Amino acid sequence: MKICVLVKDVPDAAVQKRIDPGTMRLDRSGENTLNPFDTHAIEAAMQLKEGGELQVDEIVAVTMGTNTAQRALQKAVALGADRSVHLADEALAGSDVCATGLALAKVLESESPDLVLLGQQSDDGECYTIGAVVADHLKMPSLTQVIDMKVDGDAIRCERQAEYGYDTVALTLPAVISVGDAINEPRYPSLKAIMGAKKKPLDTKSAGDVGIDGGQVGEAGSQTTVIALNDPPQKEAGEIIEDEDTAETVEKIVAWLEERKLI
Amino acid sequence: MAGILVYALHDDEGNFNKNSLGALSEAAKLAGELGSEAAAVIVGDIADDAAAGLGKYGVTKVYRAKNVPEGLAQPIVDVMAKIIQDDGFTYALFGGGLLGFEIGAGLTARLGAGVTMEVTKVKVDGGKLVSERPILQDSKIADVGYVSEPGIIIGRLNAFDIVEGSGSAEVVDVEVELSEFSNKAKMITRGEQRGADVDIEAADILIGGGRGLGSADGFKDCEELANSFDNGAVAATRAVVDAGWYPYAAQIGQTGKTVAPKLYLAVGVSGAIQHKVGMQNSENIVAINKDANAPIFEFSDLGIVGDLNKILPKLTEAIKAKKG
Ligand SMILES: Cc1cc2nc3c(=O)[nH]c(=O)nc-3n(C[C@H](O)[C@H](O)[C@H](O)COP(=O)(O)OP(=O)(O)OC[C@H]3O[C@@H](n4cnc5c(N)ncnc54)[C@H](O)[C@@H]3O)c2cc1C
Ligand SMILES: Nc1ncnc2c1ncn2[C@@H]1O[C@H](COP(=O)(O)O)[C@@H](O)[C@H]1O
Repeated sequence: MKICVLVKDVPDAAVQKRIDPGTMRLDRSGENTLNPFDTHAIEAAMQLKEGGELQVDEIVAVTMGTNTAQRALQKAVALGADRSVHLADEALAGSDVCATGLALAKVLESESPDLVLLGQQSDDGECYTIGAVVADHLKMPSLTQVIDMKVDGDAIRCERQAEYGYDTVALTLPAVISVGDAINEPRYPSLKAIMGAKKKPLDTKSAGDVGIDGGQVGEAGSQTTVIALNDPPQKEAGEIIEDEDTAETVEKIVAWLEERKLI
Repeated sequence: MAGILVYALHDDEGNFNKNSLGALSEAAKLAGELGSEAAAVIVGDIADDAAAGLGKYGVTKVYRAKNVPEGLAQPIVDVMAKIIQDDGFTYALFGGGLLGFEIGAGLTARLGAGVTMEVTKVKVDGGKLVSERPILQDSKIADVGYVSEPGIIIGRLNAFDIVEGSGSAEVVDVEVELSEFSNKAKMITRGEQRGADVDIEAADILIGGGRGLGSADGFKDCEELANSFDNGAVAATRAVVDAGWYPYAAQIGQTGKTVAPKLYLAVGVSGAIQHKVGMQNSENIVAINKDANAPIFEFSDLGIVGDLNKILPKLTEAIKAKKG
């Protein structure tokens, strides 16, 4: 069987993320990296493959993004994917959740996966929704926030925390599963894997290659529009203590608490 | 009817989710401003009077799909998509929670609709709804409008207040044929409680423990600290609950509890938005974290940048000594 893992290229955590006021889009000019939440999805795919209960023939990393996304794909390959697919097209720029989900579903369709895994959130978009959007287009059962997966015949038994406690749900394959960050501790890639990643196949596809109609994606296909961008109400900055001498720090904390009659 | 359709989630005992009730109230208020009406969708075998009772929150109609199971998103997408299409709703609104995200996302795909999530406020502008959505770790707020109908709005936890009146809604039973793939996810157990049934809601002082504690053992230090206060208890992040370090009943946040104690002292907690929404109304927030860039410092009244392993035991000792 084939597992496709959706991975995203995002601004590095150390980069101050900002919106370009001209386009109202994220400024992607700084250093980029593989969305850290997606490393859990790759690790989950690797554990299914290594677990041996499913015959996993191939793990394919799939992304939609600009040129810099190639490095994120290489990182995904270094972490275990066998090859990668890069959907890149000018027509996709400015896609909202609705348009991105459709485009990703189309590129996934061209791969016919038995399982699609993805991260719980993109570090830049924080939308938590792509998994369920893609699943509806692919007409596959799906679940988000999954923290445990067990193979159970032709289904995967998933656990996740929902509003009232933990749910256990069996999804018949093919399925789309978005994993929570508590599902595993992603491994570090070996130097050999990092070196080898550039040699693994990377397919670049245009929107047309996977049957995407340009009017359905990008700004043209987006169904939301950012009207304005504002600053949140200013909150008075809290006091900060750098702990150098712990005895002194503790004294300060206690005094602060006493002042507010909390002790 | 151009209106707002709201999903009302309930547990296995038939209790409606507070965030859903907030969403019903919000929808009713917005519908009033738009000159339309708000309606609720419920699934499962909810009694007539309980269903009609949702009218107290201002909805005029309650669609009930009796034979559709509660708890999984895709069957509910089938139900809501049909109602929206048949009866021409212009917006779908969800309270904060996990299912709202999944159902809203499914509707986005099914109806080719625009979606906004983590919405903290909805405004009426020129006869249309505009959502305020915090982005980039809450550092900016985007005002987002919808290009087409319907627009899907997924609220942030506790964004919408419950307003209870005295109305009663008309209950309409709907028959919906589920998509084939909606039957391919089966709930095996729902809402399992993991760990002890601890009570954190009555505490004046909460020590919130996170992944920075390093292991389940770290919570012993938190308990010691909590016990050194009068009426203290220990709360937790989802990361540590998922890891099995602390009981689910102590979890604060989007899929846990909402608290507002006199003091919330967070140790080894990064301050992710899903945690913040459950504790940001605490009277005083103190955070101990070794990472000076941790988001929790953005909303703490007192922040200590340092190693909790060094600070925690000494702090407990000092507070105990104070009390004598
Ligand atoms: C749909 C959804 C729902 C969610 N619901 C919830 C929810 O209800 N509640 C919730 O809490 N989360 C929830 N989350 C998860 C949330 O996004 C975060 O992953 C989680 O809150 C992180 O927990 P944490 O702060 O313990 O761990 P981390 O984010 O890993 O933070 C650990 C912190 O400890 C610090 N640290 C490490 N070692 C030390 C040390 N020795 N001394 C001092 N500091 C140290 C680190 O600097 C770090 O900041 C949800 C997520 C999603 C997507
Ligand atoms: N452009 C993209 N390309 C590939 N995967 C994506 C893209 N955007 C989002 N995803 C996947 O969807 C998950 C959730 O993202 P989001 O809904 O944006 O928070 C991410 O963790 C990725 O796995």
